[in-house]
Amino acid sequence: MSSLAHAPHQAPSGFIRRYIFSLDHKVIGIQYYFLALFSVLLGMTLSVLMRYHMVYPDARVSLFEKLWPTSAAGGIMTPELYLSLMTMHGTIMVFFVLTTAPQSGFGNYFLPIQIGAEDMAFPVLNMMSFWTTFLALIVMVAAFFVPGGAPLGGWTAYPPLSGVGAIAGPGQGAGQTLWVISIAIFCAASLMGAINFIATTVDLRARGMSMMRLPLTCWTWLVTAILGLLGFAVLLAAGVLLLLDRTAGTSFFLPAGLIVNDQILLNHKGGSPLLWQHLFWFFGHPEVYIAILPGMGVASQLLSTFARKPIFGYRAMVYAILGIGFLGFFVWGHHMFMSGMNPYSAFAFSVLTMSIGVPSAIKTFNWIGTLWGGKIRFTTAMLFALGFVSLFVSGGISGIFLGQPALDLYFHDTYFVVGHFHMIMGVAAIFGMFAGTFYWFPKVTGRLMNETMGKIHFYITFIGVYCIFTPMHFLGIAGNPRRYADFTNFEFMNALMPIHSFMTWAAVITAVAQLIFFINLFWSIKKGTPTGPNPWESTTLEWGIPSPPPFDNFAGVHPVVNHGPYEYAVPGAPKDYTMQTDPL
Amino acid sequence: MLLAPIVWILTIAICYFFIGHYWWFPAPISEHGVAYDEQFTITLAVTGIIFFLAQMALGWVIFKFKDDGKRANYSHGNNKLEAIWTSATAVLFIGLVLFGTRIWASVHFVAAPADALKIEVSAKQFAWNFRYPGPDGVFGKTDIKLINDAGGNAFGIDDKDPASKDDITSASIKVPAGKPIMLIMKSRDVIHNFFVRELRLKQDIVPGMEIPFHFQADKVGVYEVPCSELCGLGHHQMRTTLEVMSQADFEKWLRDQAAQK
Repeated sequence: MSSLAHAPHQAPSGFIRRYIFSLDHKVIGIQYYFLALFSVLLGMTLSVLMRYHMVYPDARVSLFEKLWPTSAAGGIMTPELYLSLMTMHGTIMVFFVLTTAPQSGFGNYFLPIQIGAEDMAFPVLNMMSFWTTFLALIVMVAAFFVPGGAPLGGWTAYPPLSGVGAIAGPGQGAGQTLWVISIAIFCAASLMGAINFIATTVDLRARGMSMMRLPLTCWTWLVTAILGLLGFAVLLAAGVLLLLDRTAGTSFFLPAGLIVNDQILLNHKGGSPLLWQHLFWFFGHPEVYIAILPGMGVASQLLSTFARKPIFGYRAMVYAILGIGFLGFFVWGHHMFMSGMNPYSAFAFSVLTMSIGVPSAIKTFNWIGTLWGGKIRFTTAMLFALGFVSLFVSGGISGIFLGQPALDLYFHDTYFVVGHFHMIMGVAAIFGMFAGTFYWFPKVTGRLMNETMGKIHFYITFIGVYCIFTPMHFLGIAGNPRRYADFTNFEFMNALMPIHSFMTWAAVITAVAQLIFFINLFWSIKKGTPTGPNPWESTTLEWGIPSPPPFDNFAGVHPVVNHGPYEYAVPGAPKDYTMQTDPL
Repeated sequence: MLLAPIVWILTIAICYFFIGHYWWFPAPISEHGVAYDEQFTITLAVTGIIFFLAQMALGWVIFKFKDDGKRANYSHGNNKLEAIWTSATAVLFIGLVLFGTRIWASVHFVAAPADALKIEVSAKQFAWNFRYPGPDGVFGKTDIKLINDAGGNAFGIDDKDPASKDDITSASIKVPAGKPIMLIMKSRDVIHNFFVRELRLKQDIVPGMEIPFHFQADKVGVYEVPCSELCGLGHHQMRTTLEVMSQADFEKWLRDQAAQK
């Protein structure tokens, strides 16, 4: 179990091999983290521009004209520009933030250390997966700068809109092609990462680190990697097929008899638009769990640590993670209840979808059980973990509506859906990342982040996201469709504009408050209070080594694990926390 | 601790807005719509109670269990509790979906009555067209090469087919109240979606497929139809109306349309 798949290596002395093309999982983890940080800043900016346009569709903004001279001529944002911002917001957030930071960022840095390994199983593959992801981001951002601009078909890129080229709208030409290429590259990168995570967890655990002694973070990274391996393989295939439809005249997703923009398309026949949806959501639903599972792991780790209590029901938590991962592959059809697929299949998909609510509920109950009777230390990291639980409940519960095909007859493609998934895979997942950042920052830098700035940022963000995303549920109940550039053409939507205004201003305030986090992060790297190896009195392996960790993590010593991951308040023990490596 | 009252206040505020119906569904205009609202209300009650209790409990543990320098209770959990909440949530969630299945079945598993009025729906980027078969009850042949939007032939109806002589087309949909309607939905370019809030019904329209869809509206009125599947830059402008008329008004409308041909 403790066999090493590679020889221990020394820190390279050159700057490029040490910090740019590094093989060190810790450097690669930080690279992923900063890639996600850049992406989240970009994605968040796009969302604020979108929210502004929805409320002030006729406003002349000179900044828009400077950024997009053609699609915002005169400073007025066109609907096609709005839709391209929306497409890029969704794509960048889902792929380059929610998939990269929790898994590839935190997982890369802490999975090997938490299991007692010197590095990932395949360091070269690890480096390649980061730089391939980086390439995918460059290609994606390049879509803004080609003629016609970024694609406008949404992050789901349903054909025929995404398959027939520029006649379907600006952005559907070169922009959509770059989008598909970027996604395919991203899939390849994610496959490399997934293989590495699985091999590392299976093969490189330290002596005594049985599967049932793994921290829950490691369990979530492992299951996320398995989801990535199976999901991204299918999306890669789908992406290649869509690219062929666009560039090589194939008809995987395009049926005969299409008349787009008054042109009859004679060169396509026999394809199925629904095939794309099946392939896309076979990836797309597990992707939701790719985004949220690592956040669940971080929340579990932090709730136990800061409540000074063992996690409630460790085994139940592991089974719930496995159950969510397994069931996650059998529910993709709930995205397609209205798609025209066989309505009988909706019945099967809905029962399986509701079943996935069960392990999710188990986790929530166990988190509250962990806190019950605890001695809670309210650090900023803990506040974000508690915020995660609250948002997870709020975002999860609306899934009980959407998982029923009968209720989806109204809610499909309304703001109810937008509110649901932003609450759970958007902000709950991001709260997991904030929690992880505050918790592990001292390990990475040897310094604490500033708690005052952290708490101000937490409270504004926590109240802010509720103010942005709760009203979306009411918009959905009133029937407001999503992906509308403006709402002035419909009488019933005009009546909902006060809610839209409220959400827009809540979004502006919340977005500005994120500056506090960025300032805190960079300020603390230089000026944070220096701290010892274990400021939180945690039990897992990373807290037993110096901060920052040495190049090979354990300085040549092979750690031996004697305890489970969350041994807090053990009766008769000398301290209130028993490290995993403490003697029996 | 500040977080506990914030969680409580947010929870109570959210429940207040859900109970007060400040922004809500329009009134239903069909039996299906009434059944839909019942299913929604039951789901809202079940999830609302879970939501309220879970958030209140979270606030409570945050409020109650502060660090006081003493050791916490050493406990790894309780299998009996795990079994209780696992089976309780399984019964509730799966029970809800099974209970709602009758509504889905009435829309999708049951065919339209044989006497239903057939209307063909054709969606294209940013416009709707509807076709009625006329007194003969038969739709005339169509050919995509004959499609000419500017010339008023959005369906590509073949004039040489005798069955096409009495076909009536319209840019909005008119139906008689209290009569079953059967839509045959087609799209010529990308995916669109036909959505009527007051009917509580929605269906994607997919190029290459003919999707049948039936409903019955019982209340006279004009209802907005927003396209509800992203179809391109004019998606937000793709609007038409469903006009539910009395049987007499509907027949008069049909006659007027036939006379104009």
